Amino acid sequence: MRLHVLYFARLRERFGVAEETLDFAGTTAADLVAVLQARGGAWAEELGGGRAFRVAVNQDIVALDAALPDQAEVAIFPPVTGG
Amino acid sequence: MRIVVQSDAFDLGAEVDAMRQGRTDIGAIASFVGLARDMNDGSGVAAMTLEHYPGMTEKALARLVDAAASRWTLLDVTVIHRVGRLLPGDPIVLVAVAASHRGEAFAACEFIMDYLKTQAPFWKKEETPAGDRWVEARASDDAAAARWNQP
Repeated sequence: MRLHVLYFARLRERFGVAEETLDFAGTTAADLVAVLQARGGAWAEELGGGRAFRVAVNQDIVALDAALPDQAEVAIFPPVTGG
Repeated sequence: MRIVVQSDAFDLGAEVDAMRQGRTDIGAIASFVGLARDMNDGSGVAAMTLEHYPGMTEKALARLVDAAASRWTLLDVTVIHRVGRLLPGDPIVLVAVAASHRGEAFAACEFIMDYLKTQAPFWKKEETPAGDRWVEARASDDAAAARWNQP
């Protein structure tokens, strides 16, 4: 399936990319995180378990076991700090 | 219901007046204004920049207001959150809740702010003497939101 993936705030800066389109062979948000983490460097540091992050699918925050629909907009970002 | 994400400043008085305009059923309006501080985590803050997730932000704020409206009887709600670069003393966020009585207005205003802090996709980056830094989420904010789920 094809996914549109967005990164925000610290993650956008550390990854050096704001958005990308990915061909994805997995099923869940956790599968996508594993693919990204395998890129190494900042990807492994941020998504490898040491730091908290959130995943939203089609603009709703989901748990990592959530299934990803084809053409989904998936966003990965740090815990929010507004207000 | 009025939900706005904007870079411009807002005027609390004008927003409250707009809520009251032409109606006589409102008995209470509770409001909260959050401001940018000049100090955080032990260092001076010269400015902050607020980033958000356009599209999701508005949805997340609408969901918070809907959750409050399903919990209390509310007559109107305004939420305004600024984005972009803000200086110490600048207003960041406004929540105003109109209800028949003060109890609902106070409670819903606090509920919306507590959930906004943990659910709405905004991020703050501070300019400090040691360089720029992203603000880290606080466990105390999660605890503040979680207490609304207790029986």
